[in-house]
Amino acid sequence: MPTYQIIRQIIRTGIKTEAPPLPDEAMRVEPQRLQQEILRAFGGALSIRQVDAGSCNGCELEIRALNNAYYNIEGLGIKFVASPRHADMLLVTGPVSRHMVTALKRAFDAMPEPKLVVVVGDCGCDGGIFAANGAGGAGESYASCGKVSGVIPVDVVVSGCPPTPTAILQGILTAIGAQKT
Amino acid sequence: MPITYHNLHLTRLDGAIPVWEGEIKPGDLPPVCQNVADGGGRLLALWGSDARGDAGERGNGFALHVVLVNEAGLICLSMALDAVQPVYPDISRIFPAASRMQRAAYDLLGIYAHEGHDHRKWVRHGAWHGGSFPLRKDFDAAQNRDPLSNSLSKTTSHSTRLQETAAKSLVIPQAGERTNEKGNLEPLEPDAYPFVQVEGQGVHEIPVGPIHAGTIEPGHFRFSVVGEKVLRLEERFGYTHKGIEKRFESLTLQQGAKLAGRVSGDSTVAYAWAYAMAAESIAAVTPPDQALWLRALFLERERIANHLGDLGDLGNDVALSFGFAQFWILKEQVLRNNAALFGHRYLMGKIVPGGVAADLTEAGKQTLREECAMLEREVRVLRGIYEEHAGMQDRFIAAGRVEPKLAAQLGLCGLAGRASAQAWDARVQFACAPYDRLDVQMATYRNGDVAARVIVRFDELFESLRLQREILDHLAHDGELAIPLERLPGNGFGVGMVEGWRGEVLVAIHTDVQGNLTRVHPHDPSWQNWPAVEHAIMGNIVPDFPLINKSFNLSYSGQDL
Repeated sequence: MPTYQIIRQIIRTGIKTEAPPLPDEAMRVEPQRLQQEILRAFGGALSIRQVDAGSCNGCELEIRALNNAYYNIEGLGIKFVASPRHADMLLVTGPVSRHMVTALKRAFDAMPEPKLVVVVGDCGCDGGIFAANGAGGAGESYASCGKVSGVIPVDVVVSGCPPTPTAILQGILTAIGAQKT
Repeated sequence: MPITYHNLHLTRLDGAIPVWEGEIKPGDLPPVCQNVADGGGRLLALWGSDARGDAGERGNGFALHVVLVNEAGLICLSMALDAVQPVYPDISRIFPAASRMQRAAYDLLGIYAHEGHDHRKWVRHGAWHGGSFPLRKDFDAAQNRDPLSNSLSKTTSHSTRLQETAAKSLVIPQAGERTNEKGNLEPLEPDAYPFVQVEGQGVHEIPVGPIHAGTIEPGHFRFSVVGEKVLRLEERFGYTHKGIEKRFESLTLQQGAKLAGRVSGDSTVAYAWAYAMAAESIAAVTPPDQALWLRALFLERERIANHLGDLGDLGNDVALSFGFAQFWILKEQVLRNNAALFGHRYLMGKIVPGGVAADLTEAGKQTLREECAMLEREVRVLRGIYEEHAGMQDRFIAAGRVEPKLAAQLGLCGLAGRASAQAWDARVQFACAPYDRLDVQMATYRNGDVAARVIVRFDELFESLRLQREILDHLAHDGELAIPLERLPGNGFGVGMVEGWRGEVLVAIHTDVQGNLTRVHPHDPSWQNWPAVEHAIMGNIVPDFPLINKSFNLSYSGQDL
């Protein structure tokens, strides 16, 4: 009878969730665009639409780890949603491949105002290893537009390859200006 | 010698795995492929290269490269192609998996499979226009950008800009495209793609993607359904194409190792090892013993982490969120141990050409032994729960079936192949050091359904834990970690292949006269396995697709490149 075993295992596992990180204003690339009152309203409950705009899937692994018991992002009132129309925040990984530009812009346009954009990973910040960052500029190549901010407006960037779940959570909390302790 | 064929002269390459190489004439390719297929062999990879600048006979045009595999080893065949009409015989009738590879080779290099049955574009959407080819050495990215791909600019003046090479090449118009007066292909509408349409009363289409509902990579699925039942699924990929192969050509050997580790982030160890193996084959060097043991440790840890994550996700997809919670706690503990002991949660950058870039202390070994014991204990409990959970097994059993016969035809590989009785595991058949001292036990099942792919994961998880323990016993205290490997010899060719958690990961490296990377082809097992997903879903219901898809868990980035 698995029900007994499931309950036993849940009790044996106990609570793994750790305290979330504090916001870090250094991660902000744009001056705060939204009014504090709106952010306070967001702070209670935030819906995120994640878009992989061409990443290697490394950042996605760490974003998905936010749902595990240690980071327990849903416990903070933050959840991932299927439609951009339900989302307050777009969480984007890059580099933005040219084949994903249209889809990324459409997802952004479909979101209701006020909206936030957080970029996760080195490639979304500057094109990363997938393009030369010298003469060509913003990490572009024949197939990649490089950084996300070249395609849609960005509020906060989280660097790393891939950034840890703690850093990603910090970026999200910074964007909503949450003063959770 | 892996095969005998009168016109074929193969030479064995240096390296960790048995690889033979030889030149082949166009007329000989189909019979040799048929010969290998009849003997139970498969197609591993197909790509092209621009050899127009090379010295010698091949320097006149392009080259096609095909890697076949049978029980004896890998057979790498190269064929010289004409510069103006680079045409080669179609092999997709013998190996269906070749079809998408041939289409990609046309999109990227303009080499063309004669009499192939599908000539639609594959990786190209609109980032460059048809008739220009990014992997040609004279490709100019700025000149060939298709404005339709980037709606930031709406101009359509590209028809006036045309490269000389494009005008001279073979240009294949496709449905939804027309050839303009300059010989370039123009889409009739942005990113038009002729999906195969199913007709009949009550049939309708469900387009899904490129952005999917969950936190996963982008790709498009076109379902043709009647009610909830899926009649047909057609995949359309290429959304994450970011020019990886072109990028390799401007990198040094060491920078290339970093890029190889980011072809598919979940398989970074497998790619980095395959890349290093290819480089070491060209340089004819063998890494120190300690480095090889550590590589195997990293590869098994990658398998453990991914299998744990997938088993959790498969629980989630049948609404047993308990399974997700439990398995992802275990996965997180593995990742944290990776970070604490080796400095990276996914072990990126820890395998370098010539060896490894991380060691393990005695205290670290003890940590990993304790982790092994903990994982074995916990996963055993969870396996018992999964097996006895009637609601879960009801969703798993008979869902997304790929019969062994179909699997053999499609060349299904990796863990999905082993769940459909395809007994291939590079750690067993081509046991490179240190696997030659480990006696890996292969997990195979015949049912080919989601349940079988779940059981294979459980079996492989326990086997990897056993291997990890054995590797820890073999690790020396302070062995040498790497031998210096700065540059590769000129005009070299090498292949590396590693059994990643998903399947065989292959990396091929060509060097130019100076020993620079002139062409690198990373090949993901997803090339072979994605077409099987189209078959697996047939006759199932739409709501089972996420579950079936997750049971394969294939890479988008790894095949889009």
